[in-house]
Amino acid sequence: MSVAEKIREKLEKAFEPLLLEIVDDSARHKGHAGHQSGGETHFNVTIVSAAFNGCTRVERHRLVTAALREEIGNPIHALALKTLTPDEAR
Amino acid sequence: MSDNPVFDRIRQEVESNDVVLFMKGTPVFPQCGFSNAVVQVLTYLNVPFKGVNVLEDADIRQGIKDFSDWPTIPQLYVKGEFVGGCDIVREMFEQGELREFLAQKGIETEAA
Repeated sequence: MSVAEKIREKLEKAFEPLLLEIVDDSARHKGHAGHQSGGETHFNVTIVSAAFNGCTRVERHRLVTAALREEIGNPIHALALKTLTPDEAR
Repeated sequence: MSDNPVFDRIRQEVESNDVVLFMKGTPVFPQCGFSNAVVQVLTYLNVPFKGVNVLEDADIRQGIKDFSDWPTIPQLYVKGEFVGGCDIVREMFEQGELREFLAQKGIETEAA
């Protein structure tokens, strides 16, 4: 299973997102620390989920990184997050 | 003082400086695009801040992640309070919340 697929599986399970967008941004970081050939090190993730209702930005990011605890560090080197509630995404 | 000397050092940094950015590289030579993005925002707002280069200190590099319960660098602290990483700082800046937040904390900004 690719890293992106694993991210999708874990986030779908944890957040039942209305929208989940996962972009492998590794190519843009070529030559930079943490980059590996084959990519799958740098990701941009957008999640829209009711699970974020009432949570601060910091709390939302902590929820997401907790769900991906096993992947962050290795193989995920960088994770850019956009976390929205359904109302905010409207 | 706590049992963890690294935490003590981090606490000392965030308590003795109003605005502290734990980052890769220095404010003049950021060595990571995400750290650079936060430097750019703070510079744009004319906020004086202290940069702590985690690449120079492996203890701080891991320690700040544990201290903040936050797995990535950069990390911004204002008046001892954890604000967030690159995405959060950028979002707050774009939505005009960052200047308001800094003002509430008594930090002057002077961007146009």
